[in-house]
Amino acid sequence: MKKFIPLIILIVLCLFPVVIQNAYYQHLMILVFIWVAIGSGWNVIAGFTGQVSFGDAAFFGTGAYTAGLLAHHFHISAWWGMAFGGFAAMAVAFPFGWICFRLRGPYFALASLALNEVCRHIATIAEPLTQGMVGILIMPTFLSKIPYYYIALALAVLSVVFVQFVMKSKWGYYFLSIREDQDAAESMGIDTHKYKMVSLNIAAFLTGMAGALFMNYMGFIDPEVVFSLHDISIMAILVGIIGGVGTIYGPAVGALVMVAVHEFFRTGFFGLFKGLAAMTGSDAMISVAKTISHAHVLGFGILVVLVILYLPNGIVGDWDKLVGKIIPFKKKEAAS
Amino acid sequence: MILFELKNLVKHFGGLAAVQNVSFQVEKGEIFGLIGPNGSGKTTIFNCISNYFPVTSGSIHFNGQDITGLKTNKICKAGIGRTFQVVKPLGRLSVLDNVIAAAFSKAKNKKEAHDIAMETLEFCGLMHRKDIIAKSLPIGERKRLEITRSMATRPELLLLDETAAGLTPTEVDVAIDLIKKIRDSGVTIIIVEHIMKVIMTISDRIHAINFGQTIAHGTPKEVSNHKAVIEAYLGEEYAHS
Repeated sequence: MKKFIPLIILIVLCLFPVVIQNAYYQHLMILVFIWVAIGSGWNVIAGFTGQVSFGDAAFFGTGAYTAGLLAHHFHISAWWGMAFGGFAAMAVAFPFGWICFRLRGPYFALASLALNEVCRHIATIAEPLTQGMVGILIMPTFLSKIPYYYIALALAVLSVVFVQFVMKSKWGYYFLSIREDQDAAESMGIDTHKYKMVSLNIAAFLTGMAGALFMNYMGFIDPEVVFSLHDISIMAILVGIIGGVGTIYGPAVGALVMVAVHEFFRTGFFGLFKGLAAMTGSDAMISVAKTISHAHVLGFGILVVLVILYLPNGIVGDWDKLVGKIIPFKKKEAAS
Repeated sequence: MILFELKNLVKHFGGLAAVQNVSFQVEKGEIFGLIGPNGSGKTTIFNCISNYFPVTSGSIHFNGQDITGLKTNKICKAGIGRTFQVVKPLGRLSVLDNVIAAAFSKAKNKKEAHDIAMETLEFCGLMHRKDIIAKSLPIGERKRLEITRSMATRPELLLLDETAAGLTPTEVDVAIDLIKKIRDSGVTIIIVEHIMKVIMTISDRIHAINFGQTIAHGTPKEVSNHKAVIEAYLGEEYAHS
């Protein structure tokens, strides 16, 4: 039964836009799928290989700009960006990893944070190429959300399946060995520098593809959006941590939770505060309703604290513990 | 036949000379003991051989080839396995996965790596522990896992760094049996050890160092009666009596 669960979920997701025709929910699901791809990429380099990256936006933005610039400068379909975006992100990842994988632990994390900022500044300053803060606007290909939905779903499924495939191969064993002990890995004949590069490039490729899809879907990007530290890089880390670091399905669950929480705050608890403000007419309530949508970062912070305290391995990593807490009688049943 | 040779190895850490001009040769098929008091440079020599530190000067030869300066993973691929004094298990992986990861260095595909790993686990007597998470093993078995993992890379030469330290007397006997068994399977061994019972019973030849310099070499009997060795271990007054 258990091995059919992914298949059942996949069928449900395929039928989702047919059943639920509300464009808003379809939009949210597309965002979830994009985050599944980004989270899976982050999970490969940080979760499985242990090299925590704070610079996923560098790859995401590169992918997005590749798609956008191809359409803007050469007037070819931005969908070519899906093919080239991943490789463009790898072109950023390669020299970065080559130099910065000499650094270990927090020093690598800091270097990746710097990469994020460097890329954002380049995109802002290089106006002739990127139009700087003006951003890039392209015409969306489809009016309906449904084609985007299936493309995003395909990307998400491919990411998860690809990561699962990699982790079952020799590369997977090497990544885990590097995460657990780099010196031991070297003495076991693993070229740690090379395999950290492989891992980073897989992450960059998946994230770059997600970025290109984001460009196609949203139709507009600027450096502040796609190279954003807290909306992309930190969000990628949160998706990984909340879903479960170093688990195959963790990023998928994390993406769902994070997009939901993000939306929950953006809409002011689904319009709860707006309603309260209208009902009571108090000034305090009106200002709360106005500011709550900007408080999502605070919400993320609280969520991370709770997850680290009670589910240090994330929702997927501590699934049994979570189930045991919610349904205590089920646990007893299994024990008896 | 000489399998391994260290020629005039020198290692300085800043102004400190950790190893000064140490040379020795290891014959194929022997157990070669390396002894010396704390801080005499034994582990430094191992770290120089597997290139965790670059050597200051001198050269290292294996199977007739100069391997000085090869990267650590290439040295393992060339056929020199090593264990660590402070054990480094891949904590959150199972014992079997630890060994499979090492076995990939010689295996072509996953099935072959799995087969090599199972064979090595059987050989080293860790089969009953294969599904346990490595960090939950007791110290004796962690040390054994170190040996198993380096054996899974199919080495010709094995560097054992204090594999018997911290073990109970019974575990020490088991460790001695395993080391002999590895030698009998055709692997040459260089062993660093503090426990004299181990080093004296299993070594064919012993090389003693102090303050990074050679003070004696020969059979266990010759070395244990050597004046400089007694002086280094027990102090000057014992050497005269």
